[in-house]
Amino acid sequence: MPKDIAAWIHISENNAVTVFTGKVEMGQNIRTSLAQQVAEELHVPVASIAMIMGDTDRTPWDAGTFGSRTTPTMGPQLRAAAASARDLLVATAAQQWKVSPTALSAADGRITDSKSRQSITYGQLMHGQQLVKLIESAPPLTPVVDWKIAGTPVPKVDGRAFVTGRHKYSADLSHPDMLFGKVLRPSGFKATLTSLDTKAAESIPGVIVVHDGDFVAVAAADSATAERALRAIKAKWSVPPQPSNADLFSYLKDHVTASRRDEPHIVGSVDRALSDADVKLSQTYTVQYIAHAPLEPRAALAEWQGDKLTVYTGTQRPFAVRDELADAFHISSDKVRVLVPDTGSAYGGKHTGDAAVEAARIAKAAGKPVKLVWTREEEFTWAYFRPAGVIDIRSGAHKDGTIVAWEFHNYNSGPAGIGTPYNVANQKIEFHPVDSPLRQGSYRSLAAAANHFARESHMDELAHAVAMDSLDFRLKNLDDDRLRAVFQAAADKFGWRNRKPSATRGFGIAGGFEKGGYVATCAEVEIVGGQNVHIRRVVEAFDCGPVINPNGLRNQIMGGIVQGIGGALFEAIRFSNGRILNPYFSEYRVPRFADAPEIEIILMDRRDKPPMGAGETPLIGLAPAVGNAIFSATGIRLRSLPMVPNGLPSKRA
Amino acid sequence: MAPIVLLVNGTERRVEAASDESLLSVLRDRLQMTGTKYGCGEGQCGACTVLIDGRPVRSCLTLASQVAGRKITTIEGLEHDGKLHPVQEAFLHEEAFQCGYCTSGMIMSTVGFLASTPKPTEDEIKRHMDGNICRCGTYPRIVQAVARAAEMARKE
Ligand code: FES
Ligand code: FES
Repeated sequence: MPKDIAAWIHISENNAVTVFTGKVEMGQNIRTSLAQQVAEELHVPVASIAMIMGDTDRTPWDAGTFGSRTTPTMGPQLRAAAASARDLLVATAAQQWKVSPTALSAADGRITDSKSRQSITYGQLMHGQQLVKLIESAPPLTPVVDWKIAGTPVPKVDGRAFVTGRHKYSADLSHPDMLFGKVLRPSGFKATLTSLDTKAAESIPGVIVVHDGDFVAVAAADSATAERALRAIKAKWSVPPQPSNADLFSYLKDHVTASRRDEPHIVGSVDRALSDADVKLSQTYTVQYIAHAPLEPRAALAEWQGDKLTVYTGTQRPFAVRDELADAFHISSDKVRVLVPDTGSAYGGKHTGDAAVEAARIAKAAGKPVKLVWTREEEFTWAYFRPAGVIDIRSGAHKDGTIVAWEFHNYNSGPAGIGTPYNVANQKIEFHPVDSPLRQGSYRSLAAAANHFARESHMDELAHAVAMDSLDFRLKNLDDDRLRAVFQAAADKFGWRNRKPSATRGFGIAGGFEKGGYVATCAEVEIVGGQNVHIRRVVEAFDCGPVINPNGLRNQIMGGIVQGIGGALFEAIRFSNGRILNPYFSEYRVPRFADAPEIEIILMDRRDKPPMGAGETPLIGLAPAVGNAIFSATGIRLRSLPMVPNGLPSKRA
Repeated sequence: MAPIVLLVNGTERRVEAASDESLLSVLRDRLQMTGTKYGCGEGQCGACTVLIDGRPVRSCLTLASQVAGRKITTIEGLEHDGKLHPVQEAFLHEEAFQCGYCTSGMIMSTVGFLASTPKPTEDEIKRHMDGNICRCGTYPRIVQAVARAAEMARKE
């Protein structure tokens, strides 16, 4: 990351502050929370700050916006830059007025000398010049306990642009000479083109057909004509045989990548411990592929000027997409500019630049700017998925509730959150990468959701096996204070001790630690008609250190919980032979109004700890808490996500 | 392509459009009114909701030619002289959005709903809005925003 202040912050003559960051906004509210942190340290109002985000020509290089990294890394970076800038401004004024810097104060965008009553705005002082100074190694940061702007519910920056429809997402942009592009999709994955007839499409006035190997696309001055041209193309594809959901889990276990083996985490001896455990359990948990289904599908507007390429697109990794484009067209990265308008969400699903590359290919062939907007079906089919996985657990415990053995194998879904926070003297934990039958990638919380589902469901099974309350069982095996605290807080608010399960009401608890955040989730479910599971109430306690914007944070946590409901209960990609069988919202069910429970959120606000991100961890406790609640009502243990795509099964576990 | 005249937010707009072209595509791609969003094209997400003669419809499933001459209201037509519509106010006040992509459709659905159901119960709100997807999961706040908008409208 650049060390000079000027790379991050600029103050204009009229005191407008511009902040540059390669992070992008896609609903997680960092445009606001980062601005708050700059305002706090620079001593300016939030309203005077404009954030330039995700513009590869103007913002410092950034790996991308994912992994809950913005708050723990970009926040401190901008705070340090802002505090250093404030020091520089004070020093500059002191020099000009020939007074000691300690005699001056900086507030509300002005430097003031209380003795002489002199006062000058930052902008007047610097005349819009660059803030030439390195970021200090120990800048005078405001202690968290003294925060006045950070830590408060500042309303979302630009909120008005969203309620008026004025905000322009990538798909909303236009260019006067722009054409609309459409890509011809193969009939299945890994397909090759065997015959192609584009004559009918080419004969439509104004239509340009692009054909380059297996890439076939059209462009026209309006979207309706482009769609008509696409329909007019006759193509045949050959699609090789490929697996389907039916044999998915055995396929995963049979296709472990031989070349890439992660070293298992081994402590003590699981086998020995199991041989003298009072209670032994061995269970398998599975998760299906699911889709991010961001409401704004992938879109891009690409324009060539000579050999220089500019692309607007919604991506989490503008710099990686810039490099992807440079590679695709064999040009150097400095000839490519990627700009990311605030995006209609991503959830880990927009790491790649697929639409950007396609739009740029068509634009290059057409010699005009091209906008490409994926359809919902394309988004469901040609993006990538959250990995499916199989998780095998073997465990053992003593009658008094001490866990003595824990063996955990994850096939394909990923290593995030694979460890256990509980004290177990004998452990073996291993991730087995697999050659996935579908294109897979990041998803909000990565594998932590799957691994927590398996672990926290299994913890419930163990508690049951030793006849202990599942909260007591967890606490008995847990030392981590922060995790204990969220469990306790969630349980208290939920009324865990007073719960009264029945055949139609169930209560469950689960929790964990991931990406620096601690979460505990309690869920109450109702079983309606012996068949349907309704989540009625969720109480979640979350600790991500000090809270930067409680209003935005609550929104993120609530969103994580609601999104988690989909993967927990009914979301699953169905596929067969290289085709997605349910690439529509009518067939791929996502959570809707009726699915959302009453949600209570407890923010721990640990001002003594460093701030951590919140986009992911709040989701991981939901599925196991719900599964455990279903068990408490029905005695049915559900070990596969989604748990009830077609209602409750009738057989008992 | 044939000329059609649409009455959008009180203004007559003359456009050339194919006979099978959706109102959504005409609004977005021909009239550059991009406040109305595409989310699915199959009537499942509500992102494209507009009002026709005051009633919420899915513009992705509505042919532009069929609504020629009828009163079309889009998200761009709610604000008057810089003053937000109460439903917009309520969404802003509750911060009932995250990425905001569903927001236009949510607001238009709410405006149409409250016109026929000025005093909705929470259940009625959820039932009516169930055709609108918020993938960010902001539903509880949206319910609050709708309730708040209803209350504001009653006070006016
Ligand atoms: S775009 Fe019309 S309902 Fe989804
Ligand atoms: S706010 Fe993102 S889809 Fe609703």
